[in-house]
Amino acid sequence: MAIPFAYNFRNVLRRPTSTIATAIGIGLVVAILIGAFALAAGFQAALVESGSPQNVIVMRTGADSEISSGISLEGAGIVRALPAIAAAPDGRPLVSSELLVLTNLDRLGQAGSSNVPIRGIQVDGMPLRDRLQIVEGRTFTPGSDEVIVGERISKRFKNCKIGDHIRFGQRAFSVVGLFRCGGSSFESEIWGDQAVLGPALGRQGFQSVTFRMRDTSQFRAIKSELEGDPRLGVQVRTERAFYSSQSQLLANVIRVAGVFITLIMAIGAIFGAVNTMYAAVGTRTREIAVLLTLGFSPFAVLTSFMTESVILALIGGVLGCILALPINGIVTSTTNWASFSEVAFAFRVTPLAMVFGLVFAAAMGTVGGFLPALKAARQSLARSLREM
Amino acid sequence: MNFLTLVLVNLGRNKRRTVLTLLSVTVALFLFCSLRGVLDTLAASIRVGSETRLVTRNRISLIFPLPKAYVERIRAVQGVGRVTWGNWFGGTDPVDPGNFYARFAVDAETYMPMYASDVEIIEQDTPQGTGAVPAGVDPKLAAFMEERTACIVGQSLFKRMGWKVGQTVGATGTIFPGDWTWTIRAVYHAKDPAFGEEAILFHWEYLNERGMGGQGPVGWYTLELSQPERAGEITRRVDELFENSSAQTRTETERAFQAGFVSMYGNVPFLIGVIGLAVVFAILLVAANTMMMASRERTAEFAVMKTLGFEDAALFRLVLAEAAVITLSGGIAGAILAKFTLEKTGFNAGGLLPPMTVSWATVAIGVGIAVLMGLTSGFVPAWQASRLRIVDALRRLN
Repeated sequence: MAIPFAYNFRNVLRRPTSTIATAIGIGLVVAILIGAFALAAGFQAALVESGSPQNVIVMRTGADSEISSGISLEGAGIVRALPAIAAAPDGRPLVSSELLVLTNLDRLGQAGSSNVPIRGIQVDGMPLRDRLQIVEGRTFTPGSDEVIVGERISKRFKNCKIGDHIRFGQRAFSVVGLFRCGGSSFESEIWGDQAVLGPALGRQGFQSVTFRMRDTSQFRAIKSELEGDPRLGVQVRTERAFYSSQSQLLANVIRVAGVFITLIMAIGAIFGAVNTMYAAVGTRTREIAVLLTLGFSPFAVLTSFMTESVILALIGGVLGCILALPINGIVTSTTNWASFSEVAFAFRVTPLAMVFGLVFAAAMGTVGGFLPALKAARQSLARSLREM
Repeated sequence: MNFLTLVLVNLGRNKRRTVLTLLSVTVALFLFCSLRGVLDTLAASIRVGSETRLVTRNRISLIFPLPKAYVERIRAVQGVGRVTWGNWFGGTDPVDPGNFYARFAVDAETYMPMYASDVEIIEQDTPQGTGAVPAGVDPKLAAFMEERTACIVGQSLFKRMGWKVGQTVGATGTIFPGDWTWTIRAVYHAKDPAFGEEAILFHWEYLNERGMGGQGPVGWYTLELSQPERAGEITRRVDELFENSSAQTRTETERAFQAGFVSMYGNVPFLIGVIGLAVVFAILLVAANTMMMASRERTAEFAVMKTLGFEDAALFRLVLAEAAVITLSGGIAGAILAKFTLEKTGFNAGGLLPPMTVSWATVAIGVGIAVLMGLTSGFVPAWQASRLRIVDALRRLN
């Protein structure tokens, strides 16, 4: 017969100070774990959401990011002529040949500078980014020296507010609007008219061509047609696939580092749990003896103490989740090494990460509780009762 | 029986608990020092940059090249000594695109003499020709210098990949399209670890011929100053020179240039700091809890000691000292462990960081935190022990 669950629960609450101290220790480990996962998830989401599954991005073969890609004017013309490209209501094809260059801007409020991507887009291509939303000011006028800035970077870099001027080469561009784009990495970019930015930056040709497919099931056919064209030398991916591949490396690094740090930290917290549980077993020698005398099997005592340790750890796990929740939505930034440019993104605490945190806490409790529980179960009945 | 013996005897009373607490402090301080070590490493990578060298690059961004013709005009600026140039090649490993290391095209004839004190050639091929090298270049580099498609490789990368001198290595171009191969003619050791050993250096001439159609753009120029005290003025002078040309420049000290890369980590250093604090706090709770449990078990003993004539202050010191001994020994062990394991194994987080350094300052901070941890965790039990009334404690016994 098993010892009632309520017995363990009450025992945990009977020593509030050491329960709280141990639980917070475990909770901090869980919070760091969830935090690392939220960082990776937020970063990945920002990039994955940049890409739409209906859009196709064409870049030079071998280019692992838009920066290192290049498409000639002639190549872009060939892609534009594809019949598979969807048309806007006014009949013009939904395609944008884009320029992407990095510029080095000084940070606002702290020393140093970082790379910010400037994207020259074709005005016809604006409807391709259907989540684009101007939150302040207005959009740029085609053919003019105007740019719009992603809302997330306008707060992080100098000269990125409405009315400011940013110099590229010989020309100064004025910032006329701030935009949002569904939390994607586009919000870490500066956008302007390709026809004006190209000459100002001394660039001929493009970095990529993006278009909307008329029929998404035709993707394979479009891909083999373009990649097989000897005049082009390009690789073709859906926009979504491209941006997820961009996020993979860094997201994995963050996850691995997070798990590595928490595992080491967990060792310390488990030692704490072991101490607490040994103390719990030590002070309850008599109680355990009584339980054994009443006929509870040593195995029942073992599981009972293990349960107690898991309860203790789960309290910590829940505390950890609560501690980690407030970071949800905080905007932070790092350089995406895949594109060498700065990406601002929000932490994203996912339910899955929280469940994982709780499971991790339970595992810590199980490991930490085993030896003390074993000691309790193996107690010599005669000696314990004699001590009374 | 002196004070220290008494402390040690008390710690030995519950060996398991003492050892577990000590180990958890060790683990915590190991982690804390490792995390701070990451920050140390980033800080050290700035220091490779010299204050007496300047870097000139395109004002818009490093991605944009500068004309090769600038070299003569820069050299003509008063106060500028030697000038060298290079370009970031990019590229991916043809077998495993996720395997990252740097590839630089450098003008070896001027680059090698400028960085002669930072690198040391530890392995090299025998030259086919005369073995003559340009002035200032290490004669060991003769085989590298005479072959256009040769490269030299950093020691740590060389070992990691299991390469041999004389073999060819390849890359798929990203910025410069096509498949590229180079023959390894020498291996270098970075005397200053921050110089980095996870890199391939090859001839800029080769890149120029094959990759840029002989147009000769340059990624950056490095300027050595013959009059370092005039660095600020020279910086301005160089940038003014190209103010009205199509490729404007931005010149800064090499150190500031490197600092720019570190600043690209964004908020990562801050996050690392937060994690470090969380680790310390979590283990502080573990230690405090242990100390409280330990002193609770000994209430009767404290009463007896007081009866024997131990003063309140003596008991306070005793309990505090017990806590401090545990955390101090754990802290020293953890901090030293971090310093030596990370530095000796050359841990570099899979190529993300230069080989780790854990500075002595970090070790000292770690040990300081351990002492603080001991005093904090021991304070409440120590205070309770000193305030204990003999009558109460003895009465509770029955």
